Amino acid sequence: VPPAERKRFYQNVSISQGEGGFEINLDHRKLRTPQGKLFTVPSEALAIAVATEWDSQQDTIKMYTMHLTTLCNTSLDNPTQRDKDQLIRAAVKFLDTDTVCYRVEEPETLVELQRNEWDPVISWAEKRYGVEIGSSTSITGPSIPARTREVLVSHLASYNMWALQGIEFVVTQLKSLVLTLGLTDLRLTVEQAVLLSRLEEEYQIQKWGNIEWAHDYELQELRARTAAGTLFVHLCSESTAVKHKLLQG
Amino acid sequence: MAALGSPLRTWRGLLRELRYLNAATGRPYRDTAAYRYLVKAFRAHRVTSEKLCRAQHELHFQAATYLCLLRSIREHVALHQEFHGKGERSVEESAGLVGLKLPQQPGGKGWEP
Repeated sequence: VPPAERKRFYQNVSISQGEGGFEINLDHRKLRTPQGKLFTVPSEALAIAVATEWDSQQDTIKMYTMHLTTLCNTSLDNPTQRDKDQLIRAAVKFLDTDTVCYRVEEPETLVELQRNEWDPVISWAEKRYGVEIGSSTSITGPSIPARTREVLVSHLASYNMWALQGIEFVVTQLKSLVLTLGLTDLRLTVEQAVLLSRLEEEYQIQKWGNIEWAHDYELQELRARTAAGTLFVHLCSESTAVKHKLLQG
Repeated sequence: MAALGSPLRTWRGLLRELRYLNAATGRPYRDTAAYRYLVKAFRAHRVTSEKLCRAQHELHFQAATYLCLLRSIREHVALHQEFHGKGERSVEESAGLVGLKLPQQPGGKGWEP
């Protein structure tokens, strides 16, 4: 029997603006992080999305559906105690084992599918960042030039800590830095990125059939997590905050 | 640029998800902060209707991403409740999952007490 979920212990969810940003109120109590810090977020849109998560809980609180709240908690508490450099290195390290860079040699139909679907994304990323990525069928993966790493490290360094937590989250969901860049650069939709990340699985499903309680379950979960991470990155990036202000002005 | 489809379609999808969310609490979705925020954002979006405006595209991208988030969570929860939320299954239920039925023997199996 799965562990009991907490009951919804509040009636109203509201947002207030504090010194550190936007706060969430559950009735008259302030929302806090697991480590007991005051829950504050830098963007109003993010605060509204988090409040919506809390307000849409019915009888019990299903934390496993509240991805934005979880991402904010991770950013506020930083439970792994990593700094900006470590987050960036963790994300760039994924390039060595990036899903879209690893290719199969057989069967021919899957080889072709990977070429047709993944090559355009790699070429886009290579052009966009002026780097070389490539792909490989070897078990050791492609050899990524040191310059590629440098360029991507300095690109990621332009993001703040919150956005980087989101980027690393998306990278680990999709098992791909290239696809994650596609999402941060508005090149791919979440649905497209998830499809590309699961390309081999989708191929096997086409061949052998879909099992709702395994494949669909994983697909929806991966989509939800990737969408949450992507939205989080966009809402926490400063450029977006400025544009939102412009739009409201 | 990502293929997002029409903003109107995204907008309708978001309204649909907000209605689902608020059907649970029983309050009209038009009273929620999320609805008010989205109305404001989509109106601003319409005002700046220059072609290939990056801010406009970015806003639509975020709206489509939010739609994907709400929809996937709803479908994930539905699958979770149907298949994963109730602890261990009986032998009959497990067989049913993969489209099988347990054999039935008329008059019992002969070794019952």
